[in-house]
Amino acid sequence: MTEEWSKVKAIRRDRGIGGPGGPHPRTEKPKQIGKTLLRLFGALSDNRIPLMISLFLIIISALAAITGTWYLKPLINEVIGRADLGKLAHSLVIIGLMYGTGALATYISSRLMIRIAQQTTNRIRAALFNHLQELPLRYFDSHTHGELMSRFTNDVDNVNFALEQSLSQTVTSLISVVGTFIMMLVLSPLLTVFIVLMLLVMGLTIKTVGGKSSSYFRGQQKALGDLNGYIEEMMEGQKVVKVFNHEESACRDFRVKNEALRGASTKAQTFASMLMPIMGNLSYINYAVTAMVGAILSIQGRMDIGTIAAFLQYTRSFSQPITQVANQVNMLLAALAGAERIFDVMDQVPENDEGEVSLVLARRNSSGSLESLSVDSADFTLQTTDGQPESAVTAADNTAIASAFVLAWRVPQPDGPADLIELRGDVRFSNVTFSYVEGKVVLKNVSLFAKPGQKIAFVGSTGAGKTTITNLINRFYEIHEGTITYDGIDIRRIRKADLRRTLGMVLQDVHLFKGTIRDNIRYGKPDASEAEIIRAAKIANAHGFISRLPDGYNTMLTPDGTNLSQGQRQLLSIARAAVANPPVLILDEATSSIDTRTERLIERGMDQLMHGRTTFVIAHRLSTVRNAEAIMVLEHGEIIERGDHHDLMALHGRYYQLCTGVAELA
Amino acid sequence: MLSKLIPYFRKYKVPAIICPLLMLLEVVGDVMMPLLMSRIVDVGIAGRDILYIAQTGLLMIGLALIALFCGSTSSYLSALAAQGAGAELRMSLFDKIQNFSFSNLDRFSIPSLITRLTTDVNNLQQAAMMGLRMLARAPFMMILALFMALLINKELAMVFLVAIPLLATALIAIMTQAHPRFMRLQRKIDQLNTSIQENLINIRVVKSFVRSDYEKEKFKAANDDLMQTAIRAVKLVILNMPIMQLIMYGCIIAILWFGGNMITAGRMRTGELISFISYVTQILMSLMMLSMVFLMFTRAKASGERVVEVLNTAPDLNDPDSPLIELADGSIEFQGAHFRYAGSGVDTLSDISMSIRSGEIIGIIGATGSGKTTLVQLIPRLYDVTSGQVRVGGHDVREYALQTLRDAVAIVLQKNTLFSGTIRENLQWGQAEASDEAIRAACQSAQAWSFICDLPQGLDTVLGQGGVNLSGGQKQRLCIARALLKQPKIIILDDSTSAVDMATDALIRQAFTTGLRGITTLIIAQRIRSIEHADRIIVMDDGRIHAIGTHEELLATDEIYRDVYTSQQEGAIAG
Repeated sequence: MTEEWSKVKAIRRDRGIGGPGGPHPRTEKPKQIGKTLLRLFGALSDNRIPLMISLFLIIISALAAITGTWYLKPLINEVIGRADLGKLAHSLVIIGLMYGTGALATYISSRLMIRIAQQTTNRIRAALFNHLQELPLRYFDSHTHGELMSRFTNDVDNVNFALEQSLSQTVTSLISVVGTFIMMLVLSPLLTVFIVLMLLVMGLTIKTVGGKSSSYFRGQQKALGDLNGYIEEMMEGQKVVKVFNHEESACRDFRVKNEALRGASTKAQTFASMLMPIMGNLSYINYAVTAMVGAILSIQGRMDIGTIAAFLQYTRSFSQPITQVANQVNMLLAALAGAERIFDVMDQVPENDEGEVSLVLARRNSSGSLESLSVDSADFTLQTTDGQPESAVTAADNTAIASAFVLAWRVPQPDGPADLIELRGDVRFSNVTFSYVEGKVVLKNVSLFAKPGQKIAFVGSTGAGKTTITNLINRFYEIHEGTITYDGIDIRRIRKADLRRTLGMVLQDVHLFKGTIRDNIRYGKPDASEAEIIRAAKIANAHGFISRLPDGYNTMLTPDGTNLSQGQRQLLSIARAAVANPPVLILDEATSSIDTRTERLIERGMDQLMHGRTTFVIAHRLSTVRNAEAIMVLEHGEIIERGDHHDLMALHGRYYQLCTGVAELA
Repeated sequence: MLSKLIPYFRKYKVPAIICPLLMLLEVVGDVMMPLLMSRIVDVGIAGRDILYIAQTGLLMIGLALIALFCGSTSSYLSALAAQGAGAELRMSLFDKIQNFSFSNLDRFSIPSLITRLTTDVNNLQQAAMMGLRMLARAPFMMILALFMALLINKELAMVFLVAIPLLATALIAIMTQAHPRFMRLQRKIDQLNTSIQENLINIRVVKSFVRSDYEKEKFKAANDDLMQTAIRAVKLVILNMPIMQLIMYGCIIAILWFGGNMITAGRMRTGELISFISYVTQILMSLMMLSMVFLMFTRAKASGERVVEVLNTAPDLNDPDSPLIELADGSIEFQGAHFRYAGSGVDTLSDISMSIRSGEIIGIIGATGSGKTTLVQLIPRLYDVTSGQVRVGGHDVREYALQTLRDAVAIVLQKNTLFSGTIRENLQWGQAEASDEAIRAACQSAQAWSFICDLPQGLDTVLGQGGVNLSGGQKQRLCIARALLKQPKIIILDDSTSAVDMATDALIRQAFTTGLRGITTLIIAQRIRSIEHADRIIVMDDGRIHAIGTHEELLATDEIYRDVYTSQQEGAIAG
């Protein structure tokens, strides 16, 4: 995917440099040109002045080219009329200066434009990326990765292209057209009439050919999308194709789509490349008419040869900018449409965080009450066990050894000093109702509590709402009704970053990052020491296999961690949660496709991690469930049964059926 | 490379040859224009000959019309030939890949094959279109214009002796410098995109570990690096334009000066001077165009190589010369079979010998990486043994026509795929034109019928790509039904019920032991419960058969089996 779009870009860049046809903009049009332009201008930030300078230089360069040609007239007349070589030299120096200035101005302005374009797109990309980090998960649920990627690729790219090339080319072309036209009028109004007639013909041609071209182009894009989709699907399923001897029918279907594309693209490409020879030769007709009429006028003594020479030169340089303007304006519109889509993302409201309760390091004083040691949580992380002997240190141990130092919630009071509440990991839901999409309730009136160190297991079919519950605790989503409290504080009052820092997550789908194993474990705690990392790996049962790797903790993971087995990757994600040493854990247990031996390894890792922490676990194994303090059986967003294993077995209800394999989980 | 690609133009020989010829005609028109114009000035105006002026002017218009026709026709022909040949190329690539074996596919990897079929072919088409027209146009234009210039005034044409080498050197220098910089830019862009994608995929992790500041920092570094690289690359290319302008204007001034002197001395006429200036533009512009074409070609070359690599790869599994087209029964025999994946240093399977009677139900169990999947993939000849033999129905699998063998051996792959289309269309992969009764029977055996009936559109429910609108267990059951529809002699289920709940799993197993009895069945599973009732169970360990026996025998004698069994007594409760 990435490779594909970047190649497309490379081709576009190529064409932009001067190839025929020019880049083909997408057909969408921006909706609010004025507003988007203004914001884009704002995005230029301190590039605004260089942009002005650059545009000014572009105007100079275009004018220099036009006036340079203007000097052809006196030059030729003087040489022929008076054979005055001194005057000729004089005129040539002026022309030389004009052209020289033009070339210099072109160069400086394009140098400026590159910097402006690159810096601006750099800024836009960064702003876009940074903004995305702040958006709620809800946004990512409703937008595919491909969609968001195309903001970074196609859209940013279109803006870049417009700034780097289209803008200056449009200005140049416009000035050339207008300037040349004025010059022609001054030289000979009569000849200009012919030019205007030809202009109309050209305009009409651009309109017809261009219109046909873009409608065929749409056809080509559709056929291309169709074929590429088929290719992707058949390649992804290629092994199945072979297993079913389906090769021939795949080829047959492919042929049909391939032929459709061939037909559509032949038409589209024909019209796209036809514009150039048509415009070029129309301008030759123009040239011929000018030469004829000019010559006749000259015989009648109403025009000198210098004028004809200059006029002819103008005629030749007239058609190109006209074609250019049409192309470049399309590019500019495409860029604006892209910018609009980018701004649309930027306009999304970020996750709200009105939290005032923060996490602080506190000390228990002689009277047993807490006193704060730091005001802000930003400057320290959770772990306070540095320098402890190498053993599986858990949160419970933590509180024991660090009786002097504890983490506490600092709850500001409207009157007087802030309250300090010790961080313990007590989570309560009361009457929580939630829906992802309005009207489709996912959780109905859920109430539950987990005391510090307790293990709560959720059991139920896919879609019953197990994952949703865990997503609410860390405020990935906001609840509509009811309250969730953490150590007695409404979680909406807690600063999001602090709340999430106290919640460890291990997800069923393991997500690791490109980088070393060490980097990946350290992700849970940026300033973790080597000893802490190894300790976390040991808790997760990952130390063994890591030490056996040739590069140990320095082993590089491939982008999706594919050089490790599924089980090993899961162990790394457990170690990552362990290093953060959170008092509350959220675990989504790994299921199928892992062989039992690996599963047992993971199990042991998870068990060690859970020890002494409040744990919410989406359970798939009987062993997890059996020793949980409370089991919640969820169905259609409601807790239908709750209790420990023995209570529920005695109940002979849904849980009983699940355990005995009578009922099916869809 | 070219010798491999050019034959794809065979069907489009006529347009591919006529297109550059028409282009040449257009160039003739281009080059004649300034000359004719100079005649109007020098002969027409000087001789006050209006008839001559009119004749020449009309001749010019006629020429322009012919050139217009030639130019646009050649546009059409180049599109016809390039898009046509591209389509042929794509078709034969696709054909070729259909003939690839699994190990061929593994070597190229699926995403890379997709890129080769799409982007690379498109690049080649672009280059072909450009090549057909511009490769004819640019050099010919340069030569003809140069010829004209020489014809008009040999002395003055000496200007080009300086200008052409100068511009050519400058262009070559810029292009050769720019190429590696653009390659580097490309890599940076790809890297940046990969990291954005990674961030998007991992957004939950980023949020739950509160690491967005770190992510922003990381992105800033990559983003700034990209910007610097881009500026370095692009700033070279923009030199093209001013250099071109400088040289062109330099030429014009030189021509005006020397030409002016010649006119004063009576050795040249005014019209000739004016036309000479037009030739300067034509010559230098075509040089510039040529450099563009070459840049385009270097890029296309990489694509061409990637495409040819696929075309040159011989499928490493082929039908024998006189293949067997009948398969007697579902018996399977391994004789001293070894298997090693291409490029791997160790055997994945070593010394496998065993025989399975037709109609037997076999369970296979073992840790990840113990070779279970590899073992069963040798049976329908998805891979060939490195040494030893695999026999099906009494013959070496290599003696059968692939089609015969694979029709008789159905395998439900671990990573299975459903295709976009209706459920019925998907099931008919197993048996084209399968009747609704046949489909129903297969679905009932695979325990898929009840959920299909629950769908509002039943068998005509349209599945998204990969069957996205079904649950994992439902997809697996459809895949089993699809395999059953082949009415195979042997069916292999490679961990195909992992997402199916235990009750349904039991029903599927029951179907295999009753209604489908007679089909040799091999079941790979993680859960002992899925295979404990098999006639025999194979325990795989580290590429070898560790033990074979019934559930009871293995419990009594095999420590690995016992180990797995005990661990699963506290089995999973949910699917």
